[in-house]
Formats: sequence, C-alpha cells, structure tokens
Amino acid sequence: MAVKDYLRERFFPHMWCPGCGHGTVLNGLLRAVEKLGMSKNEMVMVSGIGCSSRISGYVDFHTLHTLHGRALAFATGVKLSKPELTVLVPMGDGDALAIGGNHFIHAARRNIDITALVMNNRIYGMTGGQFSPMSGYGTSATTAPYSNIDHSFDVVELSKAAGATFVARTTAYHVQNMADIIRKAILHEGFSVVEVLTQCPTYFGRKNRMGGAVEMVKWLKDNTTPIGSKAKQENPELIERGVFVQKELPEYCNEYNKVIERATKGR
Amino acid sequence: MTKPKPKKPKPKLKQLHLNLDWCKGCGICAAFCPTNVLEIDDKDKVTAARAQDCICCKLCELRCPDLAIDVETE
Amino acid sequence: MEEPTTRFVQGNEACVEAALYAGLEFFAGYPITPSTEVAEHLAIRLPQAGGRFIQMEDEIASICAIVGASLTGHKVMTATSGPGFSLMQEGLGYAVMAEIPCVIVNVQRGGPSTGNPTHVSQGDVFQARWGTHGDHAIVAMTASNHQDLFDVTVEAFNIAETFRTPVILLFDEVIGHMREKLVIPPAGKIPLVERLRTSVKGGVDYHPYLPREDGRLPMSDFGGEHRYNVTGLFHDMWGFPSNNPQVVHGLLRHLVDKIQNNANRMARYKEYYLKDARTILVSYGSSARSALHVVKNRRARGERLGLLELQTLWPFPEHIVREKCETAQNVVVVEMNMGQVLQLVKQAVDDPDKVFLANRVDGGLITPTDIRNILRLIQGKGV
Repeated sequence: MAVKDYLRERFFPHMWCPGCGHGTVLNGLLRAVEKLGMSKNEMVMVSGIGCSSRISGYVDFHTLHTLHGRALAFATGVKLSKPELTVLVPMGDGDALAIGGNHFIHAARRNIDITALVMNNRIYGMTGGQFSPMSGYGTSATTAPYSNIDHSFDVVELSKAAGATFVARTTAYHVQNMADIIRKAILHEGFSVVEVLTQCPTYFGRKNRMGGAVEMVKWLKDNTTPIGSKAKQENPELIERGVFVQKELPEYCNEYNKVIERATKGR
Repeated sequence: MTKPKPKKPKPKLKQLHLNLDWCKGCGICAAFCPTNVLEIDDKDKVTAARAQDCICCKLCELRCPDLAIDVETE
Repeated sequence: MEEPTTRFVQGNEACVEAALYAGLEFFAGYPITPSTEVAEHLAIRLPQAGGRFIQMEDEIASICAIVGASLTGHKVMTATSGPGFSLMQEGLGYAVMAEIPCVIVNVQRGGPSTGNPTHVSQGDVFQARWGTHGDHAIVAMTASNHQDLFDVTVEAFNIAETFRTPVILLFDEVIGHMREKLVIPPAGKIPLVERLRTSVKGGVDYHPYLPREDGRLPMSDFGGEHRYNVTGLFHDMWGFPSNNPQVVHGLLRHLVDKIQNNANRMARYKEYYLKDARTILVSYGSSARSALHVVKNRRARGERLGLLELQTLWPFPEHIVREKCETAQNVVVVEMNMGQVLQLVKQAVDDPDKVFLANRVDGGLITPTDIRNILRLIQGKGV
C-alpha cells in the first residue's frame, strides 16, 4: 500500500502551520506503518487535545480524538478490551507530560502494548504559545514573559524510570531514523515511548528568536547526536538520540490473559 | 551504529510530484536538499528548479511537513 | 429455564451481579469509599466470566478507559463515589458527546470535598444532571432495596445500549453497604438489549452519527471493517469535527431530544397508597425505606399518607409527579440533602407552596422518627 492510502486525503492541506514539525512526524509514522504492511483495520490511533492531537483526523485508521491529556487512558481501554489491535497514541508535550503526566507514567508502569509518540515542540501551540513542561528554564513564552523559571522533564529518563520497555528519541530532521524508530516501537511488545523533537516556528521559534522552520530544523540537526557519540563526550550539552531502552518484560494484556486463566481454572 | 549495507544500483528519477495545493512553502525541502534541486518560488510554493540534479534520496519527501512531495523513481 | 439464586449480599455486590447479568465485559475503576466493593467483587467475578477488570490510576482514567473499551464493542461500567464522581465529569461529558454506551455507578457519600466518606448522603442529584459542562441530557437512576437495585442496574445497561448514552446509577452509602436478600433471576428472565450494529458492508460509507428513523444509531466496533472518527468536538455524521452552525445545532438538539423525548419510557417509580392520600411523601434511595415505614405505620392508624418512590431521577419524571400529587394537600420530599429533588417537585406541581422538605444531612440515615417529627411540624402538631 502506498503512504497516501493511509491518509484521509479529503482533509488536506492539513491545519498545521507552515513548517510545523507535526506534519513530518505524520509523514514518518506513515512510512513506518507502510513498511510494516499493516492493515488499516487493525490500527487504532488515540489522541488527546492540542495541535499534535489533530494528527488522528488525518489517518485512515480507527481514530479516537479524546480529552486533553487522557489519550493513554482511553487507549488502555481500547487495547485491554481488544488486545489484537495495534494502538498508537501521538501526544504533544503538554498533553503527555503536564495534564496527562499521571496517565503517562502509569501506562508505562503497566507495560501495556501501546506506542506513545511524544511530539515535543516545547510549547502549547493550540492556545497560542504558553510554556509547557518541556519549554525549559530560561525560555520565553506568553505565560513566561520574564523568562521561564520552570525546569523541564527529560522524557527519556522519565519514561525509563516509569518502566517503559522501549524508549527512544529522534527529531524532525532525522527523518529516516524517525521512521525506523517508530517502526521498531510499533513492533515492540510492551509500552514504547518515542520522543520526537519537532519545531514550532509560529510560537516557540518566534518567542525564542530561533528563526523560521528551516533554522529550527537545522537547530535539531546541530544540537543532537547519536547515543554515546564522541561529539557528546566533547559537548555534554548535545541531546542524545537513538534507542535508549529495548527490553522484554511481561506485557499487560498477556498478563491479564493469565488472570483469566487463573480465575476460570477448575470451573 | 550499523555497518554500511552493500550498495544498491542508483535509483533514477522518473518524476518529481509536487502537490502545490498541499505545499505551504516552509522551505524545509529546499534548504536540506543535498543537490539543491528545489526552490521556493515567489508564490511561496516549491518548484523543481534543477530536477536533473536529483539523486532520489527522498529526504524532501520524508521531511516535507505537508506531505506534498512524491519522488517517483524508475 | 434454570432456577433463581437467592443470596444475602451488600448492595454493591448486588450491583455487580446485575451488571454481570446484563452482560458487563469490561470494568475500570479506582478505589473509593463507599463504592470500593463494586471494584473488589468485579476483580474476582469479571475474569471468571472472561471479562476484563482494570484498576486505573484515578477516576479520570477509569471513565476514559471504559469509553475506549465500549468502542471496541463491549458492555462497560465504572463505579465511584464523591470526589471520584467529580473527577469523572469531564469523561462523562465526552461519553455524552461521542454517544458512548456506558454505565457509571456513584455510591453517594457526604460532601462537598472529602466530606463524610463513610456516611450516607444524597447530595449528588444535581451533580449527576449538571456536573459536566455544557448543555446536555442525562439519565440517572436509583433504588431503595437490593432487588430494585438489581433491576435498575440491568435497565441502565439496556438504556445505555438503546440510546447510545452514559447512564448514571445514583446509589447511596446505606444501599451500597447494607446486606439483604437478593434473588438473582435465571438468565433470560429480564430482557437484555444488545448493541445495535450497522448492517452497512465494509468499503461502503458508514455514518456512525446518523440516526435511523427510529432515532437509534447503529455502531461499528473499533477493529472492524468501518474506520471512522470519534471526537468530543461537535462533529458531522462521519464523526469528523465541525463548527458549521447547522451541524452544531443539529447535534446538540439530537443529544438532548434522544433522552428527553423518551423520558416517559425511562421513567421508573413505585407508588404506595397514593389514591386517597392527603399527604404524599416523595422519596428515593435509602430515604424511601424510612418513608415507606412511616407511610405503612401511619396508615395503620388511619392517616391518609402515601409514598411516591422515584427510581428514575433524570430525566426527571415531571408529569408523573404532577399527576400523582395533584389532589394531595401536602407533598413532603424526603431526601438526604438540602433539598435537591425538592426543587424539582416544586417545579412539577401546580402549587409549590404545598411542598415541604423532610431531610437529614448529618451523615446519619434519615429515620422514620425524623420524618414523623417533620410531618408533625408541617401539620402544625409540634414535635
């Protein structure tokens, strides 16, 4: 199947701003799904609220556009009630880690077979440029007019600590790597987190004088490096990308099947 | 990271499909094209200024946030 | 047909048995007093029936999870109390908007806030109606004994599936924790409504939000051959977001009308000695037990007292209340709050001045003596 066959083309051009990285994530995600040769009927995309969450409207899967921060909770119900489905949950950084932070860590802790994509553009775009839990200290936003004093999460460390069994980071510049990592994350049996660093030229870029989309994508290229690279040793400020965790642990739906076996034994 | 794979025969460009209805003219495709094939015209749309130089790496197709590029190879 | 089973159970357990009888397949919840036993019993019973139970991280997640599981084609339920019901309001609104069949049990406790967790209250009647933001209709039912609780719980699933709507079961701490006899009818005794699924073939345009002539909306399970969108935004008949004024107006009207137009069909109530009653007690839930005791007791002494026991609280059975209370000199609403159903009864009857409140809000169950004392005051006899 061609990539376009996974799209609801009637809604294009999409609603994202010119140069928004979310479109590139959609692009990479579709490449991953295409490469896996998955049937559209077995795919469910669950999203929350925000610019990133509008992604679910554009894919020709079963799509569930839910409440701000709650996508993983809805997705847990979908997956546990019908484990044969492949469940993808794209979220923005505010959606996943501020209002949805609790659902995020608990989905990771359960190791339920869901692929969570954190489309991290470090800002609330839909509401017009407020700082997010990923904006970082010293950045500028409409709600941090005197420079942001909130520190940011490290999504990779947070996911590891919460128990995710697949944790990776990629960027909207490293597109081949992104498609490859998303493909691996979908294949992984258990809770997988892929943080994709993306650009919001309209708000984060403008507020923080980072230039336009091209300059922001270049920033992603220049400020990230493969895990354990020599460049990282020389410049600890660089953000590492790649697969940080990939391990086998009992998956939640499989474990619940065992619960059913135990409960029905001897009946 | 991974070992280099054995080289495949070089793909040849059949057609560069540029969907101008979807293109929002962000310029990412043009800025990162390794052979400088693409440009943004005065209508803020992508155009293939030097299609003959295309090496079919498909990075523009993958990077395009508007899903407006399709590099068709022979 | 198999024989009925007689059990001696808590109300919360009766609710579990009824849900399983109705075909419950998926439950998500979070522990909270006084509803916790619903989750505890389902943790045991659901997997025995091949269903799935999950304890979520909070009540917000619980209601979201059951919505997800309903969309894959399962009968679903969650249970909570007090603060947990407050947390569920956002998800409840989503289920209203996206027309998701689901059942939400609220075993009421004293509030506001953490309030009086281990004590009885009926303070969530209006929250059930208007707790989630925006204009909408809702169905809420209650019961005063375990047999009725069983029946209304089965009915809640039937209404949820028939009308593609969340249904709230508004029980209270006394009913939830009290033990009494329950006769579980044999399978097939109470008719069950199964989900209406579309007959539209795969590859053909399916409209998940286009009502049939009879008002029902056939569904298609996630994972099946129809791929559509579900959203909490106003949406068109395919489920895609729309802010077209006609679409917005049409959907809101539909959401309200599908419940309000069927209010009579959903109205469940019981009546005792209403025919010649000069004073009518209107009550529901555990309060109705004490009210019934007073009515029977006073009748034996020749007082013309009657009881209208409401089982459907929303949509409020206004016409029934008006009709039944028409000739009564006094109407006394017996409830454990500051007068919530009182307001509704005052609106329903021709003369609101004849409606009085007999309440108790200290965490104790309103007793026959409490009611009798208030009646004497109303009648000008003093305590």
